[in-house]
Amino acid sequence: MKKSLKFIYIGIVALFLYLPIIALVVLSFNESKSMAVFSGFSLKWYEEMFSNRMIMQAVINTFTIAITASITATIIGTLAAVGIDGMKSKQQNLVLGFNNIPLLNADIVTGIALLLTFLMFGISLNWGTVYLAHVTFCIPYVILSVRPRVNKSTNTLYEAALDLGASRTYAFVKVVLPELRPGILAGFLLAFTMSVDDFVITHFTRGAGINTISTLIYSQVKVGIRPSLFALSTIIFVMVLIILLLVNFLSKRGKEKVIY
Amino acid sequence: MKKKIVLVISLAIVMLVLASCGNGGGEKVYIYSYGDYFDPDLIGMFEEETGITVVLDTYDTCEEMYPVIKNNSASYDVLCPSDYMIERLIDEDLLSEINFDNVPNIKNIGDKYMEMSKEFDPDNKYSVPHTFGTAGILYNTEMVGDTVIDSWEDLWNEDFSGEIVMQDSIRDTFMVAEKILGYSLNTVDEDELKEATELLKEQKPLVYKYANDSTRDILASESAAMGVIWNGEYLYALELNDKLEFVVPKEGSQLFVDSWVITKTSENKENAEAWINFMCREDIAKQNFEYLTYSCPNVAAQALLDEDVLNNEKVFLTDETIDNCEVLKDLGPEGNELYSKYWKEFKAE
Amino acid sequence: MTSKKALATPFMIWIVAGTIIPIGAIAYYGLTDRNDRFTLENVLAIGNSVHLQALWLSVLLALISTVICFLIAYPLAIIMKNSNFGKRGFMIFLFILPMWMNFLLRTMAWQVLLEKNGVINGMLEAIGLPGQEIINTLSAIVLGMVYDFLPFMILPIYNVISKIDDSIIEAAYDLGASTSEVITQIYLPLSVPGIVSGVNMVFIPSLTTFVISNMLGGGKINLIGNIIEQEFTVSSNWNLGSGLSLVMMLFIVVSMIFLERFDKTGEDSFI
Repeated sequence: MKKSLKFIYIGIVALFLYLPIIALVVLSFNESKSMAVFSGFSLKWYEEMFSNRMIMQAVINTFTIAITASITATIIGTLAAVGIDGMKSKQQNLVLGFNNIPLLNADIVTGIALLLTFLMFGISLNWGTVYLAHVTFCIPYVILSVRPRVNKSTNTLYEAALDLGASRTYAFVKVVLPELRPGILAGFLLAFTMSVDDFVITHFTRGAGINTISTLIYSQVKVGIRPSLFALSTIIFVMVLIILLLVNFLSKRGKEKVIY
Repeated sequence: MKKKIVLVISLAIVMLVLASCGNGGGEKVYIYSYGDYFDPDLIGMFEEETGITVVLDTYDTCEEMYPVIKNNSASYDVLCPSDYMIERLIDEDLLSEINFDNVPNIKNIGDKYMEMSKEFDPDNKYSVPHTFGTAGILYNTEMVGDTVIDSWEDLWNEDFSGEIVMQDSIRDTFMVAEKILGYSLNTVDEDELKEATELLKEQKPLVYKYANDSTRDILASESAAMGVIWNGEYLYALELNDKLEFVVPKEGSQLFVDSWVITKTSENKENAEAWINFMCREDIAKQNFEYLTYSCPNVAAQALLDEDVLNNEKVFLTDETIDNCEVLKDLGPEGNELYSKYWKEFKAE
Repeated sequence: MTSKKALATPFMIWIVAGTIIPIGAIAYYGLTDRNDRFTLENVLAIGNSVHLQALWLSVLLALISTVICFLIAYPLAIIMKNSNFGKRGFMIFLFILPMWMNFLLRTMAWQVLLEKNGVINGMLEAIGLPGQEIINTLSAIVLGMVYDFLPFMILPIYNVISKIDDSIIEAAYDLGASTSEVITQIYLPLSVPGIVSGVNMVFIPSLTTFVISNMLGGGKINLIGNIIEQEFTVSSNWNLGSGLSLVMMLFIVVSMIFLERFDKTGEDSFI
């Protein structure tokens, strides 16, 4: 009795979370453009999607920005996480406080603040400004993921390596980095996800003709969105699903996985 | 691990190169226009003919476009704003004069329409008309039943509570109330505006949604019975749902002209002119009309259209209707601020 | 040791360029008028009844959404903790996966589902129930907020609850505690850090959103986020927009300090 109650509860929450997604997937196969009537199965929106240059460009933009920004953020963030560990505790708190600002601030304020800064310094908005903005809000996620891994043992190991005559770079790459690897990977994935999903900050900092998937969707929502964008997100969704399933399947069973 | 990092980085570089290929090199023209305002196939045709790459961005209302141009936060070459916004851009010295030697197809635009343009571009130096038209009420004949729809006041009819769609754009929304009250669309009299605001507030509970271009889809799917919409949407809406009918209310309405203009800061001015010239060519204008169904001021293209389309008074307005309409004017900074203020007040209700 | 500190240099530069200067820029715009003269008008403009009303509505809707999210997420987290290992992984997977669909599209999908002649009403009518008119109302916005931010409540709470030692709970039951006692006396106090970060992660984005209210409110409802966004786009009064942003930042800081009091270690439970 109790078990079935639990089951129903989870089912309802899951239904709530998946209902819009199911609707989008179904509508992406709809023959007509209408959102209300399913008039027949068709793949034409998938065809249109691949032949629509704006959509393809938005996909390329989204992923180039996400990859470059999250790599940059991962490098800066990882170095910072180690560096912060070498600071006095007062200094540490101050720096971490600043690190938390983009994380906790409203997206809209972060976006506007960056926009104003770019314009104050006479930087015209373009691909680069979006990239810089994304690095800015990605770094805190990396630091949060890597910092818990920087502990006594990495410290001791690093100093031991130096004592044994290793150069600083060598010690960092060979001794510290492997210790931090899970944290770095998690930070990178988190930053990547946040970058792909961001709308608000991109909305304010993007330049002429620089659309990501999100901004393209937003500009189309008002005009009446075309189902080709549903087709696009269906494909992305299915790809993510497959990747996550593969990762889960390939890793050893019974071990609890960090999916993020 | 090392291998993976190398892999990820090289992948990133490949993607970057790909992206810059899509963007980089060659002649370009940056276009910023209303969403879905010309046939997307035309982009490919233009690129093939001229070798100029088109970068397109869209906005929903002129007000959204203005700060971008004003602050030059993104650099575009060609815009397609409406009348009053063109006037404002000219006043603030944000547009550059078009070199009509590069736009010979301007001859295709009817004199009547160049005359209309003088309302906001007195010497016809800055703009080339793309579309024109008026606002009216699109309604579902079945859902309104026996009620005759011929006045803006029908949008205040309580029988249709929750089935009315209004525009969501400062000037166009105020226009409806101002016309009912018998005021000018360009009034900056605070008392008149207050009155209009009160009227709009009164209507708010009856409104299903404030929307712009999506009004057409809402009416086509029969989620609402009537809505304020541009006459250019009528033919397309009819294709989606044949129960729809369109009327320009008897109080009169606004006449809009949306024109191509070139920004002051344009770095690709000649490409921009090439684009405008291309859009003015009769076959292109005709193809665009067939896609967009907004009335085109291109007489050479009109001559290529079917008689019954050309005679459709809802698409190509009669002179009588046009005379009953008013063109929006720019209101100056104070006027705009006044409208903003009352707009916010009405929205907060 | 000093050399180690040097590793943080690029980050420090980034903090200055990407966080401190931009906040300075907002403060500058917010505290000056169009002619670059100092003024407090833009900040004090929050007292204007229109802005105040929008702020009040935003706080109210954000609070409601946060409470609903909590009420849905908490039992879920307990159920997840008490199921076996394999199922647990599956459930986390189940609740994270939707976040990979673009959030604008997911929100827009609700518009499609809730439209008067939309999918949900179609289904209701098919089984003989009356159609619901939720779209373009406050309830639609709350629904959108709960929908978009629910995973941000589930995960941190689950993270903390999953670490509670089973033996404590067994001991409580052995000593005759009822289920409700176990929840109020053991689960709740021990999961405060998770609740705090969950509340933070739902409340703040709900308070500041303009996208959800735009998409599901039918242009009838202005939240403080909409007002600020419109000052930057439609009304193009950037000084006022910045002034109101400053007020909003203040609000965020205050609500965080308030929450921080409940939990000194909130930071660590961030997923």
